[in-house]
This record gives sequence, structure tokens and C-alpha cells, in this order.
Amino acid sequence: MKLIRRLSALALPLALSGCDLVVMSPSGDIAMQQRDLIIVSVVLMLLIIIPVICLTFYFAWHYRRSNINAKYDPEWHHSTRLEVVIWAAPLAIIIALGAVTWVSTHKLDPYRPLDRIDANRPVTPETKPITIEVVALDWKWLFLYPEQGIATVNEIAAPIDTPIEFKITGSTVMNSFYIPALAGQIYAMPGMQTKLHAVMNKEGVYEGFSANYSGDGFSGMRFKFHGMSNDNFGQWVARVKGQGSALNRDAYLKLERPSSRVPVTYFASVENGLYDAILNLCVKPGQMCANEMMHIDMMGGAGKDSHENRKRLEYDTRWAADAGPGATHPATGHGAKEPTQAGGVNAPAGATEGHEGHGAAPGQLNTNPKP
Amino acid sequence: MFTNTNLMEFIFGRLSWNSLAFTHDPIILATFVVVVLGGGAVVGAITYFRLWGYLWNEWFTSVDHKKIGIMYVILSLVMLMRGFADAVMMRAQQAIAFGENQGYLPPHHYDQIFTAHGVIMIFFFAMPLVTGIMNYVVPLQIGARDVSFPFLNNFSFWMTTAGAVIIMMSLFVGEFARTGWLAYPPLSGADYSPGVGVDYYIWGLQVAGVGTTLSGINLIATIVKMRAPGMTMMKMPIFTWTSLCTNVLIVASFPILTATLVLLTLDRYVGTNFFTNDLGGNPMMYVNLIWIWGHPEVYILILPAFGIFSEIVSTFSGKRLFGYASMVYATVVITILSYIVWLHHFFTMGSGASVNAFFGITTMIISIPTGAKIFNWLFTMYRGRIRYEVPMYWTIGFMVTFVIGGMTGVMLAIPPADFVLHNSLFLIAHFHNVIIGGVVFGLLAGINFWYPKAFGYRLDPFWGKMSFWFWLTGFYFAFMPLYVLGLMGVTRRVNHFEDSSLQIWFIIAAFGAFLIALGIASFVIQLVVSFFKREQLRDTTGDPWNGRTLEWSTSSPPPEYNFAFTPVVYDHDGWYDMKNSGYVRPLEGFKPIHMPKNTGTGVILSAFSVTLAFGLIWYMWWLAALSFLAILVVSIAHTFNYKRDYYIQAETVIATENARTKQLAEQA
Repeated sequence: MKLIRRLSALALPLALSGCDLVVMSPSGDIAMQQRDLIIVSVVLMLLIIIPVICLTFYFAWHYRRSNINAKYDPEWHHSTRLEVVIWAAPLAIIIALGAVTWVSTHKLDPYRPLDRIDANRPVTPETKPITIEVVALDWKWLFLYPEQGIATVNEIAAPIDTPIEFKITGSTVMNSFYIPALAGQIYAMPGMQTKLHAVMNKEGVYEGFSANYSGDGFSGMRFKFHGMSNDNFGQWVARVKGQGSALNRDAYLKLERPSSRVPVTYFASVENGLYDAILNLCVKPGQMCANEMMHIDMMGGAGKDSHENRKRLEYDTRWAADAGPGATHPATGHGAKEPTQAGGVNAPAGATEGHEGHGAAPGQLNTNPKP
Repeated sequence: MFTNTNLMEFIFGRLSWNSLAFTHDPIILATFVVVVLGGGAVVGAITYFRLWGYLWNEWFTSVDHKKIGIMYVILSLVMLMRGFADAVMMRAQQAIAFGENQGYLPPHHYDQIFTAHGVIMIFFFAMPLVTGIMNYVVPLQIGARDVSFPFLNNFSFWMTTAGAVIIMMSLFVGEFARTGWLAYPPLSGADYSPGVGVDYYIWGLQVAGVGTTLSGINLIATIVKMRAPGMTMMKMPIFTWTSLCTNVLIVASFPILTATLVLLTLDRYVGTNFFTNDLGGNPMMYVNLIWIWGHPEVYILILPAFGIFSEIVSTFSGKRLFGYASMVYATVVITILSYIVWLHHFFTMGSGASVNAFFGITTMIISIPTGAKIFNWLFTMYRGRIRYEVPMYWTIGFMVTFVIGGMTGVMLAIPPADFVLHNSLFLIAHFHNVIIGGVVFGLLAGINFWYPKAFGYRLDPFWGKMSFWFWLTGFYFAFMPLYVLGLMGVTRRVNHFEDSSLQIWFIIAAFGAFLIALGIASFVIQLVVSFFKREQLRDTTGDPWNGRTLEWSTSSPPPEYNFAFTPVVYDHDGWYDMKNSGYVRPLEGFKPIHMPKNTGTGVILSAFSVTLAFGLIWYMWWLAALSFLAILVVSIAHTFNYKRDYYIQAETVIATENARTKQLAEQA
């Protein structure tokens, strides 16, 4: 690893002279290890690539037709010894690289909680991580801080040297949550939750964005990540609390509507259970939560009664009514949905974590299962 | 929907005056005017010179694999122009859209362009060009007179063309998909892409997919069943081997694409929930399925290119290919492995570490046979006597460029590294590096290599070299900056940037695109110049490069029946062996030759497929129903066509062969 550091120290100033190669000089420990992996693999592969390129040029030059001094042997086409080398050399490189891959993929699995703050500091039992819930909306990012009880749009802050656990989902289509200086990306998908563990080691303001195309406003789907000292983070939280309004279900449903290049917005409080409702596609009043349906299915399904649930589970067409007649489903004809009656079973507070496995369902549901 | 009382809506479906894109977009209006004028000029010229009959009788209805091959290549070159125009527009937009400047393409237009660029370059440039070259060369290489199913071949070509027509139609009537070239749901579902764009995408690919799959079946049957006597599997030319593997991949993978698109179609048309967010749909399933087709697809493109390079290296080094057997095994291993790597396209979806690591390692393993191939080409050059004709330029350019692309590919195969490089411009640079540096270089080399066989005269070497150097330098200028931008954390499909320090890199990339444009222009000039200098460049021998495989044993261009007598093969490089062992061309004993007859059914079925797709896209159900009915009727009627073969009389064969004898005698 020391060798890598030295190599990168040699290579980087050259490359950096004109631009900011954030992937090659990140500020978070995870991204740093990913950077090292890139360097290791390139060095390993150059062991074979450079000779190949040199040999190509050399053979191409030396065996040109005008060079009559070069040996010409039109029938020479086989050499067992050479063939063994030809197959063994790439094989050896790939065995080395494969081992590196297996180990690093497990070590840098985004779902795996961190075991170190940086190369010299392990995570101790006293280290208190912070949780941030991320929601990719059309076309902005919503960040919820369950421990602080605040939320923000298009701005995210975290104390440095503190492990961050991101829980990531989306509202409509696939996006990818990516802060290059901090750690690699992971998809943000509606109705599903992905996770990312990372830590920022240097104070500063870093770029974050969606790395997966998601429609019209995709290009503007950017935010800033602020790496702060603990004190500054406390002040930032206080500022959000001071300036922000409340994020309840109504406010979320307004926010969720497609809009692009949305300015930074603060929310001083967040309605209880909102993230779980978002994850389970049931923020809208009257919707049935996906995990509720999964629980019913797991218990054997609701039989004929499930027809009653169908309307309350329709999610993608939720804006059809105001998009004008026929705008969404002209072919299928099921078009705009009837307005759903409010007051149905609402998202249970403290619902379980979506697809992470079928956890215990909220108590009230147990009145419903089929025998 | 049939209860609709509105007559206009019944007749025109969703189509209205506003659907015509050129009524509200000046860029498309200008394109439309150019296309109308250009198309009008071509149609006018054909009419003026009374060529319609000739085209119909000699080309459109032809079942001759050589003519069909040439038509495939022409289709692909036309589509290259469209796909490249899209590329230039994207490069221009990204070079200027910084800060206050929003560029000239709003997202609505830009998003269609990058989708169309990907779809057209893969499905309608690279695929038809690969298929065209295989179609032309494979029967000649194996000493056959045509493919196994000549009518099917014609039908396949016209279905591919129909797909291209459907995609091109979207430029003027309606719009194209704004989803990226693989149309991931839920974005491509009915709720988030309600317009006709994704429907154009679906039906264009479905119709072309019929052609691709059938052509794959056809070529497999041809290679397996129609080889010249003595040509055992391990004596087949290496290009035929790579073609066989490619067609196996086509037949095994395109049905997956078809099925996946059918599921998406059901979601969009009848309201099923395979890939929706709600009601149990699972978009991740689509992503898996589409890449189970998509990864073999890239090997479908690269394997024939590998085959072309193998033939060229061996021919121009004047030497037998080094390590033929290991080359064959490498090809077969790649074919098999290409099915177990698909997940590397979405490591970032959150699969477990073991799953990601498995697919990462299988991906790396593919680089072993690929590396072996590179070494085999190297050692074919070793102790050779290399003639630097244009195809050899492309080959050297490929060997150097491709290994760089291979290296960045392996970097992307390491999941944690992929997390920081995925979807970035680094990825874009990587796959253009292997597709341009591998596939495109290979196909252009192949065109230069086999052109004299197809047309009887060589291509002008000066403009060929100009084209090569512009393409090569253009590639490096266009894509090396993208590697850098990727490491700067710039992601793909973005149409506007805030950070002005990035701009210089995009300007360099745009300059690279300009150089590639010169490369394409040089290629077109090369075709034109060569046509006018054809007497000087004439190949009277049939073997302009001192070739090694059977296609060089016949005249250039070959007679309709390819070989008057089926050649007999005793060794690798059949023609080289024949030349060395004192082969004497037979001058008598010619017999009548049994050949398939032309038919217009392929063209007719293809035309109805276009109207069927158009009806489905615009919800003109009556048109779709009538077209479908017409397809059924024409297909059934065709089975009653008993006039499907004829004999080339012995006199005709004798006359043709005598003319060649005379030509060869003059040569000597």
C-alpha cells in the first residue's frame, strides 16, 4: 500500500496540473480506497499492456517488407512453448487481479458498516455514526436526518471523521446517488432501498449529483455536500431548524412534483414515518403501503378481497388526473384514476424497512390476513 | 378503444398535425428540407435514368448473398451518417453549454439525440455492417454458392431495413425515445414516457430483431451444412469461425431482447405491471434481462472484427496465422463467457458483494482469451513480411488502441472501482475505445480488404490512408479527454455544465469529432475516387492481395454462382494451399448450376411490417390490423410460390468461365 501511495504521489501532480481529478484525489476514506484500487489494477495491467504495445510497434517496423534482412518464415505458425506463455501471462495477471477484486469487493461493499475512519483510525464502539436518508425526486434530492429531525433539499452536510450511513430510495425513476469525493455511487430506486456507508475526512464543499439519467431535469440534479467539523455541523442543524418550514405529507407531495434546478430548501421538522411512507410508495392519503401488501402476500394473500386493495396500490398513475385526459395511459384506457378517498389505512408509523426482508408487520394489519 | 365515436381519432389515432416535429423545431425543419431535397434528387435520378426496374429485378428482390451483403453495407453506411450527425450535435452542445449558455439543444431534443445515437450506431450501423460482411464473405470462404436459405436472407435484410425506416420516421413524425439506448423502466414505462418515442424504439427494434435473428439462423445453417468437401471445422477460415460464434450468440441472445421488449410493450399497451414501481412490478428485472442480451451483443460485434483482423494479419504478413487452434478456442471461450458477465453493467444496483465479485471476476477472465488473440496476431507478424496496404494500417491501429480499451474495461470490472467510474464519461470513453478501436476499425479494414472482391477494383490507397489517420487521431482527440473528464467526476447524458474548467476538455473532444468527420469524408471520397479510377485499380486476377482463403480463388467480382466447381480443401488456408500445390483451374466439364430465384416477397413483407409498426405506434388500430392480416396473407401465399429455382445453363457457365480464362491468360 505504501508503494501505491508513492506511485500516486508521483503520477498525480502531473495529471492534476490542469484540472481537478476528483476521482483520483478524493477526500473520503472509501473513495480513497477505491482510488487505490484503480491504481493497483492499472499498474498490474500495464505489466502486460506496455510490452504488447512496444512489441506491436517493433514487429510492425522490423518485419516490414522492405526490411529484407528480417527473417521470413511463412510456415512458422505454432510453438507450444510460446502458446503456454501467451495464455499463462494474462492468466497470472488475472489471478492476481481476481484476488484483489474478491477481497476489495467485500471490504468496500457499500452495505458493510465501516471499520475504519481512515487508514490509521479504526472505528471504535464509541464512534457514533450518523444516518441520512436520501430520496431522489424529479429532479432534486431530498435528504432526511432522522436523528436531527430535519430535512433539506439539494444540500447535504455531515461532520467529518464520522461514519455516515445513507439509506437511499427514489420517488419515480432510477437515479444514482454519487458524491465522487466521498465514495462510489449506488442506485436510488423507487420502492426499494439501497445503502451506502462512507466517511468524509476533510472539511470542504464537494459536488454531488445523480449519475443515472432520469429524464428532462437530470442535468440540473446536483447538490453540494458540506464536510464540517462537529461544531459547525451543530450550527448548520440549528440553522436548518431556524430557517426551515415543516415537512409533512402534504409538503412532500408538493415537493415530489417534477421541478428542476430547485434552490436549497430547509425543513425544520419532518413528519413521523415519512421516509418509510416514501419507501413504501404510500405518502398519498389512501394509499396502501407496499410492505403492508407484502405482508398480506406473505401470510397467504387476501384472496378475492385483494381486488379492493388494487386501487390503493396504484402508484405510478398518481398524477394522471391532473396531467390532462389520456396523457398517461391512452392505450390501456385505464387513464386517470378516480380520486381516492382519504382516511383509508395510512402508512403505519415505524413501518419496517421495505425490501430489506419481511420484518414484523405493524400490528393493525393482523386484523386483515386470510386464514 | 373501438368504442371511440370520434372518427378522426379512429383514423389517425394519436397522430395530429402537431406530431410532425418539423412544424415546431427549426433544426428538424432544416434536416427535413435537406432530406426531402436529397431524397427527391435520388428518386428523380433513378427515375430519369430508368433504374427502378434494374434496382427491383437485380437488387431489391435478389436472393444472391453477395448482393444482399452489399445492400446491408450500404444500409449501414447511410445509418452511420445519421448516427454520426447525432454524435456531432452532442459534442457541439457539450462544448458550448456552460454557465449562462444553455446551448442550442433543450433537454427534450438532446435526450432524443443521445438515445438515437446509441440505438442507431449499434442496431443500424454496426449490426448491418457486420451482417453484411458476413453475408458476403462467409459463403465464399467456405466454397458455397449461396447461403442455406436464400429467400430468408433477403427477408432478413428487408426486415432490418424496415426497422431502420421506423427509427428514421421518428425524426419527422412524432419523436424518438428520451430514455437512453436501453430504455430502462420505469422511465420508459407508460407513466413516465407517455409519448410515442419509446413505442418507436420498441417496434423499430422488434422488426429489425426479426431480421437479425433469422439471418443468424441462416448463417449458422450455412456454415454447419454447406462447407466445401474437406473443410472440417478445424480447417475453417478464422473469419468463418468468428462468424459462426457470432451467429450462435445472435440466435441465443436476440430472443431475450425480443421477450424483454414484449414485456415492456405489454406494460405500455395493456397495462401489465412487469416493470412498474407499483403492483409488484420490478424494473431491476428489466435491467437484468436487457443486459443478458446486451452483453453478448457487444461480442456479436467484436468477434467478426477479430476474424477480419486475423485474415488481414495473416494475408499481409504473408504467413499462416499463428496459433490457429488457440485462436478458435479463444473465440469459443469468449462466446460462452459472454453469457455470464452481464451483471457488470450494474454493480451499482446494490447486489451483494459476492455476486458483484463473481461477475467482476468472470468479466476479467474474458480478457485472457482476448489477450491470447492479441498475442497470436503479434506472433503472426513475427517473422512475416508485412505489406502495408490500407487494411494493415487499420490492423496496427486496432492492436494499439484496443489494448487500451481492454485495460479500462478491466478497471471497470472491479466492482469498487466501478462504483466511482460507472455511468461517467470514463465509461463512455471505454466503450467507444473498444467499439471504434475494435469494431469500426475492423469493419473499415474489412471493407478495404474485400472491396476488390465485391467490385473488381481496389479502393484508392491514398484516401484510404487519409481516412485511417483522421479516424485514428480523431478517436484519440475525441475520447482521451472523456477519460480525463470521467476521472473528474463528470457523468454521461448531461446537457449543461456549471463548472467552466471542464469546457476545454469538451472542446478538444469536439475537435476529435471534427477529425472523425474528416475520416468519414475521406472514406466517401475514397469510394468516389476509386470508382473513377477503377480501370487503374482493376483487379483481373481475383486475388489482389495474394490471399489465402477460398474467396480469392474465384473472379472479382465472383460470378453469380461463385464457384463453377465446388473446391476441395486439404489444409487451412485452402487457396494458399491450392496455389502452392500447383492447382490447375479446370477448363471444361461445366454443368448447369441449380440456383434460387429472386422474389419480391421480402420487400412486401417488410413494407407491411413498417405499416404495422406505424399503426401500433400511433394507435391506428385499423392500420395495424390490416397490415398484420396482409403479412399473414402474403406469407401464406408465398408458400404456394413454386417458381423458386432455376438452372444457369451450361453454355452460360462456359461463356463466363472462358471469359475468365482469357482474362487470366492476358494477365500472364
